[in-house]
Amino acid sequence: MTAPLLSIENLSLRLDGRDILRSVSLTLAPGRVLGLVGESGSGKSMTALAVLGLAPPGATATGRVLLDGEDLLQAGERRMRSVRGGDVGLVFQEPMTALDPLQTIGDQVAEAVRLHRGASRAEARRAAAAMLERVGLPAARFPLSRHPHELSGGQRQRVAIAAAMAAGPRLLIADEPTTALDVTTQARILDLLRQVTREDGVGLILISHDLAVVADLADDIAILKDGEVVEAGETLSLFRELRHPYSRALVEASALRPRPPPGTASRTVDAPPLLEAAGLIREHNGARRLWGPARPFRAVDGVDLTLHAGERVGLVGESGSGKSTLLRALLALDDIQGGAVRLDGRRFERRRAPADLRRKIQVVFQDPYGSFDPRWKVADLIAEPLRLSPDAPIGAARRRRVEAMLEQVGLKPADADRRPHAFSGGQRQRIAIARALIVEPQILALDEAVSALDVRVRAQILSLLDDLSERLGLAYLFVTHDLSVVRAATDRLLVMQNGKVVETGETAAVFAAPRHPYTRTLLAATPDLERALAARAAQVAL
Amino acid sequence: MSAAPRPGRSGLALGLVLTGLLAGAAVLSLVWTPYDPAAQDIGRRMLPPSAAHLLGTDHFGRDVLSMIMAGARASLGVALAATAIGLGVGAPLGLLAASRRDGVVDEAVMRVNDIVFAFPALVLAILLAAVFGPGAAGAIVAIGLFNVPVFARLTRAGALGQWSRDYVSAARAAGRSDLAISIEHIAPNLAGLLIVQAAIQAALGVGAEAGLSYVGLGVQPPSPSWGRMLNDAQTLAGTAPWLAVFPGLAIALSVLGLSLLGEGLRDRLDPAWERRP
Repeated sequence: MTAPLLSIENLSLRLDGRDILRSVSLTLAPGRVLGLVGESGSGKSMTALAVLGLAPPGATATGRVLLDGEDLLQAGERRMRSVRGGDVGLVFQEPMTALDPLQTIGDQVAEAVRLHRGASRAEARRAAAAMLERVGLPAARFPLSRHPHELSGGQRQRVAIAAAMAAGPRLLIADEPTTALDVTTQARILDLLRQVTREDGVGLILISHDLAVVADLADDIAILKDGEVVEAGETLSLFRELRHPYSRALVEASALRPRPPPGTASRTVDAPPLLEAAGLIREHNGARRLWGPARPFRAVDGVDLTLHAGERVGLVGESGSGKSTLLRALLALDDIQGGAVRLDGRRFERRRAPADLRRKIQVVFQDPYGSFDPRWKVADLIAEPLRLSPDAPIGAARRRRVEAMLEQVGLKPADADRRPHAFSGGQRQRIAIARALIVEPQILALDEAVSALDVRVRAQILSLLDDLSERLGLAYLFVTHDLSVVRAATDRLLVMQNGKVVETGETAAVFAAPRHPYTRTLLAATPDLERALAARAAQVAL
Repeated sequence: MSAAPRPGRSGLALGLVLTGLLAGAAVLSLVWTPYDPAAQDIGRRMLPPSAAHLLGTDHFGRDVLSMIMAGARASLGVALAATAIGLGVGAPLGLLAASRRDGVVDEAVMRVNDIVFAFPALVLAILLAAVFGPGAAGAIVAIGLFNVPVFARLTRAGALGQWSRDYVSAARAAGRSDLAISIEHIAPNLAGLLIVQAAIQAALGVGAEAGLSYVGLGVQPPSPSWGRMLNDAQTLAGTAPWLAVFPGLAIALSVLGLSLLGEGLRDRLDPAWERRP
């Protein structure tokens, strides 16, 4: 074993009397990839920040952080400034905010070279051009004078990687580098990270909540929980024999079981569909032109969709595919520019959405933090849709109804008097589900409703939804980018690309034999823990 | 970390004290002033500050302290009434514009706002004075009218941010009308923003009232007014400087106090501060 590049010994971090990190010890050899996995609040990002001396002000760190034998915890601020970006490169989750919107991509990459290698402007520019070429942005097609807003999310992340690698660091830290990206882009960015770090012999710390992503890229893995390393080791052997119950729970929750295909008896094909869209068109105002009207942008382009009572349908697509726009039109939240939406056989559109129709379809949104008025109490939030009911209960009866809903989604009646900020993300999604179900809808639409949740909470919410659909005979419309969720939760799916439905069919059948090339690309790019481990085992066998 | 003072906290305290003094003087003047502010006593004219007349007397022998206390009533009254007009008209307009975003109503409301904004306030005040005669009412309307676009724009910008939030979509899916959403969800969430702006507009209003009174378009005699006191003192500043200094100080400290109050509140209500450990 060669001398470690980075060796973290008993790193502890205290902030405001709380232990953020407890005696974390990790080592990373040059040229290897260390994956840090954990749920939100596990301390995985804080570990990286502590390595760089970027822990929040007021935090006290103890232990040792040795980079090639030099203790970074003892280094002064002047030395740390040359470590950051010079010896250690950083790639963040959000490529739009990590880049300066006013600087050209060439300048941003060149800046690292000038600062840390003392190169002249011309040298730095040449180095930047070479680095951008290496990350797949050749100057012929992507001139150095481009600005970040002229690039896609994936291309911006390439620029961020180029900037982090340009000064020739010994260590690269990538904090959720692909979480904000689509799956097909994610696969390419992960390949790029693997390639540039391997070519330069750079050690990589990959921080992610996604076990499959980490298993794909990392040689060694450390699983963190509440600021402690609960399990660490070489990737294959770690997954083969998980010792800690927490790691086992984590792996179990990430591997969502495919939903068994529905029995033929349960299908009610002859009945008219509950929700039906035909030739639906939804246009946004495009960019304004100097003269003449704005050219409209067609976000949803002639979509047909049906949903029968009790059916579970998935709507899958990457960002910009139009799936959320379609959902908003189906919910009669936005005007449509063509086609028709029928709910229970009647037209259902923004300007004609009577209460008796509206209460048949309710929605749960993605962001558990943004989907409640922060000033309202839970009781009032949940009761808000009740105005749609003709016989809405008032006073004590209303309160009983709210409490019954809270219990149905696994919360306590006393929670009705608290405000949303007192709840965790998973609890908030339960409140959102209670709010949607209080008017006894027949359809529940879920717009990325489990995407922002940690895997264990996600598994709990999915099983709650299973349970509710059996008890209440609900139909679900799952809108998501996550194929594993669709596979676990739906009977039928529609794949959207550029505003059109490119493939539709029974979920199990589409997963077994995808017909459209785009569906095949999506499936291949979706990270899968078993597949990643099998590939790694095959590599070892060679 | 908790030991480090937040910026704006000392400013907020000073703002509260100065604004409290201003409001206290105005309220107290309703029931008591050292002398009748309108009572002339030619025998005791142009006296420098003394134990009997803490801030001296003017060229008619009126007590300057009494006049400043009574003048606070006029300053604060005009500024608050004008702010209330701006808030009362501007905020609903902003909410309406935001709820009809990208529509004809939005466009119409905001363009009218632009026109009002572009029109010089002093010219309007002179116009109003010419038509209705000079007085407090004209000053209130003139200053209030120019507060309207300030509040309308601020409310619209804040409300647009709220309209894009999921909780508003959820309320719409729950069948709530745009009007109900504007009143029950959006307006309460903008309250902090509007309170802060109201304090700042009140500060500007005190200054504007003094300016209008100085040129004779504000509160009319015999009611005392800081702006007119300054005007009267103009020719006497060489012989009786206190006549100019004290009303000037009163104006400056009032504007400063209300501004500090507004900005202090803004810092306290800024969510960026709440998130920091």
